[in-house]
Amino acid sequence: MEASILAICYLIGSVSFIIGLKMLSHPAKARRGNLVSAAGMAIAILGTLILYRPAGHALNNLIWIVSAIIIGTVIGATAARRVKMTAMPEMVSMFNGMGGLCAALISIVELGRVANDHSDMHVLSILAGMVIGSVSFTGSMIAYGKLQGKIKDHAFKGQHLVNLFVLLFIVIIGTVIITSNGTFSALIFYSMLGLSVVYGILFVLPIGGADMPVVISLLNSFTGIATACAGFLYNNQVMLTGGILVGSAGAILTILMCKAMNRSLMNVLIGSFGNTGTGAIHSVTQQGSSKEISLGDAAMVMGYAQKVLIVPGYGLAVAQAQHVCNELGKLLQNNGVIVKYAIHPVAGRMPGHMNVLLAEADVSYDDLLELESANEEFGSTDVVLILGANDVVNPAALDDPSSPIYGMPILEVGKAKLVIVNKRSMRPGYAGIENELFFKPNTSMLFGDAKTVLHELVNLVKEL
Amino acid sequence: METLLSFIHSNLEILYIVILSVFLGIEVISRVPSVLHTPLMSGANAIHGVIIVGSIIVMGEASADNFIVLALGFLAVIVGTINVVGGFVVTDRMLEMFKSGKEKPSKSTKVK
Repeated sequence: MEASILAICYLIGSVSFIIGLKMLSHPAKARRGNLVSAAGMAIAILGTLILYRPAGHALNNLIWIVSAIIIGTVIGATAARRVKMTAMPEMVSMFNGMGGLCAALISIVELGRVANDHSDMHVLSILAGMVIGSVSFTGSMIAYGKLQGKIKDHAFKGQHLVNLFVLLFIVIIGTVIITSNGTFSALIFYSMLGLSVVYGILFVLPIGGADMPVVISLLNSFTGIATACAGFLYNNQVMLTGGILVGSAGAILTILMCKAMNRSLMNVLIGSFGNTGTGAIHSVTQQGSSKEISLGDAAMVMGYAQKVLIVPGYGLAVAQAQHVCNELGKLLQNNGVIVKYAIHPVAGRMPGHMNVLLAEADVSYDDLLELESANEEFGSTDVVLILGANDVVNPAALDDPSSPIYGMPILEVGKAKLVIVNKRSMRPGYAGIENELFFKPNTSMLFGDAKTVLHELVNLVKEL
Repeated sequence: METLLSFIHSNLEILYIVILSVFLGIEVISRVPSVLHTPLMSGANAIHGVIIVGSIIVMGEASADNFIVLALGFLAVIVGTINVVGGFVVTDRMLEMFKSGKEKPSKSTKVK
């Protein structure tokens, strides 16, 4: 009876994970999706606590289990509530590491009991859980340290070879343990554990700090697989499905994140080898890989932003797009977004060009910011939308003495969280010089005629 | 070879679950706007916290005088819970920011 009810609890848990994950990929339903998975998780955990019968009687040590859950809840909830929004990625990394550690600990305990159970496949899943869990744990901790700025990038020549050897060694030890029919020594097991811990560190250490979100997503996928290994060991369906689901979804998400940065996963993982860590990131930006954003994504980030600054330039004037630009601004303001216009004195072709243009389109004068006040505001801005402006936002004016526009005061749009640049093409602007801004990691290009693009954006924001 | 075949035969159901779950995971995620990448990663992170069920089983099956197993299991339950609770709370906080409109975020934590 209890076992059947427990099986149903696990079924509900598995289904809620699937539905929750599905809802998480739609902006409007995402928050409810998260709650759906959380509810499924609660059912699976409570079911295990109350209904699991290892040998016909209730769980041993129930007081200890419940007190551990209470301690974990207090720590987890406090950490998650206190963390600043800017520090979210490292918090996720930390939580992921905890999951990996949990998987590794389970495997360590279970291997001690393996003497009674000679099934090779069980030993294999224990070892896999331990290796993947430990790699995920130490890797996540390194990623956490890097995002906090406490750990610098370290890379030495031939590091990928060393990593490969460590991995090979782990596989060899694993084979020895499995073929030994349970007669291996504890020492060989602990050396495998140690190597896994070291591998996690070596794996993440050389990867540039800017690529950490991708690495965390990958390690997230690893922990999913470690969970599935434990699920196989206990023949537990909710762990199995939950783990595999996260494993495969995490892998796809990792690839999607790389795509959004216009890079391949291999480039992220081994791109930094051979070079010194930070140099690699620079060379990538200078090779000129800019990334594009789709109209849908652009509409979404603006629609859900707190503050949007619009930087109009000559392109807006040429396209005669000031009216539709105002329409977009008003629409966003009605949705509760703070919208302001950052006017560079020489934007357009003559001083004051933009003010005239926008005034014509009925943009409220209070919403226009001059250069100095705009530069103060960029730091607290979520999205900057640049409409056909180029040289007035070129950072070379600040940091490249050889540039013809060096010394020109510019709108320092790079301080904002996300910069969307609308241009007709990658052609340089009026001054005929390359703009490094377009290759910055927080810049996305949105190609097209300003008027057409703005019309599309208005329609898409209306649909949000 | 024979052991592999017999393994596949005796674990056919699990194999089906694994393969179907892989496709399901890929299918569920394939079309997600990039603004949701971070919350989705965080949400998936909370889901693999289901590993906590395994750590509960470890502790529940341990005898009360096996202190090493109890200590390891105790730690495992704590870190597993941190993964689950922290993961879901952090995801909820992230998604809170995606709401349009100007309602106070702190009020409607439970309503929707």
